[in-house]
Amino acid sequence: MSKKPLLEFNQNGIYCAAGDFYIDPWRPVNDAVISHGHSDHAKWGHKKYLAHTLSREILYYRLGEINLETMDYGESRVKNGVKITFYPAGHIPGSAQIRVEYKGEIWVFSGDYKTEDDGLCAPFEPVKCHSFISECTFGMPVYKWAPQKEIFDGINSWWSQNQEEGKTSVLAGYSLGKAQRILQNLDMNLGKVYTHGVIQNSNEALIRNGINLYETTRITPETTKEELKGNMVICPPSAVGTPWMRKMLPYSFGYCSGWMAIRGAKKRRAADRGFVLSDHADWDGLISSIKATECDTVYLTHGSTASFSRYLQGIGYDARESKTLYGNEEEADLEKEGSNL
Amino acid sequence: MKKFAQLFLSLDETNKTNEKIKVIKEYLLSVSDADKINMLALFTGRKPKRPINATQLKQWALELSEIPEWLFKESYDVVGDLAETLSLLLPEPQHQQDRSLSSWVEEIKSLRKLSDEGKKEWLLDSLDQMERQEKFVFLKLLTSSFRVGVSQSLVVKAISQISGLETPTLTHRIMGNWEPETFSYQDLTAEEDGTTDISRPYPFFLAYPIQETSEIKKSAEELQIALGNATEWQAEFKWDGIRAQLIKRADEIFIWSRGEELATDKFPELHPFMLNLPNGTVLDGEILAFKENQPLPFNILQTRIGRKTISKKMLVDNPVAFIAYDVMEFENLDLRSKSQEDRRKVLEQIQSSSTHQEIFRISEIITANDWEKLAIAREQAREMMAEGLMLKRKTATYQVGRKRGDWWKWKIDPLSVDAVMIYAQKGHGRRADLYTDYTFAVWDGDKLVPFAKAYSGLTDKEIAKVDNFIKRNTLERFGPVRTVKPELVFEIGFEGINRSSRHKSGIALRFPRILRWRIDKKKEEADTLESLILLLQE
Ligand SMILES: [Zn+2]
Ligand SMILES: [Zn+2]
Repeated sequence: MSKKPLLEFNQNGIYCAAGDFYIDPWRPVNDAVISHGHSDHAKWGHKKYLAHTLSREILYYRLGEINLETMDYGESRVKNGVKITFYPAGHIPGSAQIRVEYKGEIWVFSGDYKTEDDGLCAPFEPVKCHSFISECTFGMPVYKWAPQKEIFDGINSWWSQNQEEGKTSVLAGYSLGKAQRILQNLDMNLGKVYTHGVIQNSNEALIRNGINLYETTRITPETTKEELKGNMVICPPSAVGTPWMRKMLPYSFGYCSGWMAIRGAKKRRAADRGFVLSDHADWDGLISSIKATECDTVYLTHGSTASFSRYLQGIGYDARESKTLYGNEEEADLEKEGSNL
Repeated sequence: MKKFAQLFLSLDETNKTNEKIKVIKEYLLSVSDADKINMLALFTGRKPKRPINATQLKQWALELSEIPEWLFKESYDVVGDLAETLSLLLPEPQHQQDRSLSSWVEEIKSLRKLSDEGKKEWLLDSLDQMERQEKFVFLKLLTSSFRVGVSQSLVVKAISQISGLETPTLTHRIMGNWEPETFSYQDLTAEEDGTTDISRPYPFFLAYPIQETSEIKKSAEELQIALGNATEWQAEFKWDGIRAQLIKRADEIFIWSRGEELATDKFPELHPFMLNLPNGTVLDGEILAFKENQPLPFNILQTRIGRKTISKKMLVDNPVAFIAYDVMEFENLDLRSKSQEDRRKVLEQIQSSSTHQEIFRISEIITANDWEKLAIAREQAREMMAEGLMLKRKTATYQVGRKRGDWWKWKIDPLSVDAVMIYAQKGHGRRADLYTDYTFAVWDGDKLVPFAKAYSGLTDKEIAKVDNFIKRNTLERFGPVRTVKPELVFEIGFEGINRSSRHKSGIALRFPRILRWRIDKKKEEADTLESLILLLQE
């Protein structure tokens, strides 16, 4: 008889029967452990939440009054004898890998992660385990990221070129994590940085949480075209193509996403510039992280699960695809951002 | 070739026409004349013959990438382009070089002499000396798909601004059969045209549509006001075939289609009369399926397009004839600056002295003193198997490209555009497993903007072919929708057109439908958004 796995995927989320709690559940449950504040991982309606300290304000901002307990990286909580510990995932501020230990068996849920140190959040640390639940949003070998310095040099020179041409620079990136990573790497000598309301709200939540961010100015109906000229505007992807952008005319529009690695994807976004900047691990990052955990079994969520599990099987892993509702962080947030405009 | 790779990247990074021209100019000003003409050759579809076949190329390059073949295939599905996929999968280079575009192209052309072993060694060696973007452009040169998202007219504009030559002159000079070996940048930009290419055609003069919808027809008075007296115009039927240019020079003959494709071998029945033309003659006209002095429907002609060889049976069943519209060159003289009336006289003289008048026909002039009579003639066009009328100002010169003012097409079914299919979706019911619902796009500068969705107006046979194309040329899937490689051109008819802020194109069509599949047209020949906007009744 095979014993019940420590973590299992059921209709509500990732369930730990021994500890009677869920990790990143997508349906309302009693006890939820949350890896990070993105809306496909942190859903509304659970009775209790446990998350990283730096996710606190963002969760309050996005989910309202919730029953939230927080802890730091390296700290633990024990539920029915199951030990839960957080480790940095390097994805966005407050993002945690969740290590679960019971009677000597160790599982790690990666949440979303990236391996490059972005200077904004605590860098990813591989955690040794028996079973590793890994995301693989970009689990295809065509996705290989250049160091972020190269990308930001490109973004800053694009900004100064736009200035010379009398244009406003409009940069679209996901409102939590990506937007702040962009902000912290802009050359602030070039000019002022303006934000779409949704991004400003996220910034303010993070600042309340004690995170230092450069100063930004919220765009309001009173903001004039003249003020914006030559400056930088950061907005969520959902704002692109809406009348809201008219105020930035004439502008050059850049889009920051890992998907920009493919020419066709860039074309469809109709961006003037596509910057290949992702908060997820690339192909090499995924493989090196999985190797570093020294795990035997890999469960895969997000993105190219079929191809990636097949590849891992080919190099000797017991790799399985798992069905979850994660991975639509952008689309899931579109609706939310729409209502907050 | 690094500069060429950068040019490619910079062009990718802007959607704006003026910036594209600027980028092209910067490139041209920074490279040798040999590189300039090689760039022009590549940007106008004159790519070196493929020295290594795609299977070999893929296999050899794959050995470097250390991934299993199935994963390569899946990667290719994600990316949709062989050269791009390989450039993303190959390892970082261990060596460097800074050789020019022309030296690489020259080397590629000399490859055919090498053994497979030699080619492979050369390929792996070359790839190991290039960064990702240069690798991508290099692999594009080696595969069949060297397409640039830049229209020829932009390159011509850039060269015009650098050289000071007029764009029509340059457009003419870059036509025909040339290669960087036979035609230098100095030849292109010389004060005097010194071409030795006897096959070189002239750029076609294209008519503008007269704007009307099925509800709002132009009255005789309106035409009188807009165009003046009917007697100032030469009216002819607008034939529904393949626009072609026939050339006889130095005892050789050439047939060019509007898409700048040499189609001499496809129409052998035209050869006898062409060979009888005096040397130094260039005619503009329409090739039509024609039997017993009667034009046949367009789809009969279509059966002959796209075939490599024309069988005897096909020549008997689907014979063609040529209806001449105009003459651009006679007795080696360029007649394009002469008036329509004068050119017509020359044309009549050439045609009447031909001994093959059943095949070499002339587009008859419709005599009418006023617009009412012309409107009646237009109503009869369909019975004549024509699409409507052509109106040509008697004083008009023969111009370059689509110009407003002197040539108008006045179609019976005026609301139609040639559009490129860009998305496809499966149908319902009987056709639930076939792709039958398409989204079409027209050009806005160098971009294709979607403007209409239409369900099939195609035959089952055509649907099967289009379905097959879609399955083999899917770039991406969004739920049930596939993004398809833009390549197929269809003629879309519609009932009306309105402004719409909900659509990216800014317009919405009423009752769009597929009139037919234009196998004879390349995607570059599809219509522009501008031409649709002109149809708005405002
Ligand atoms: Zn996330
Ligand atoms: Zn996620």
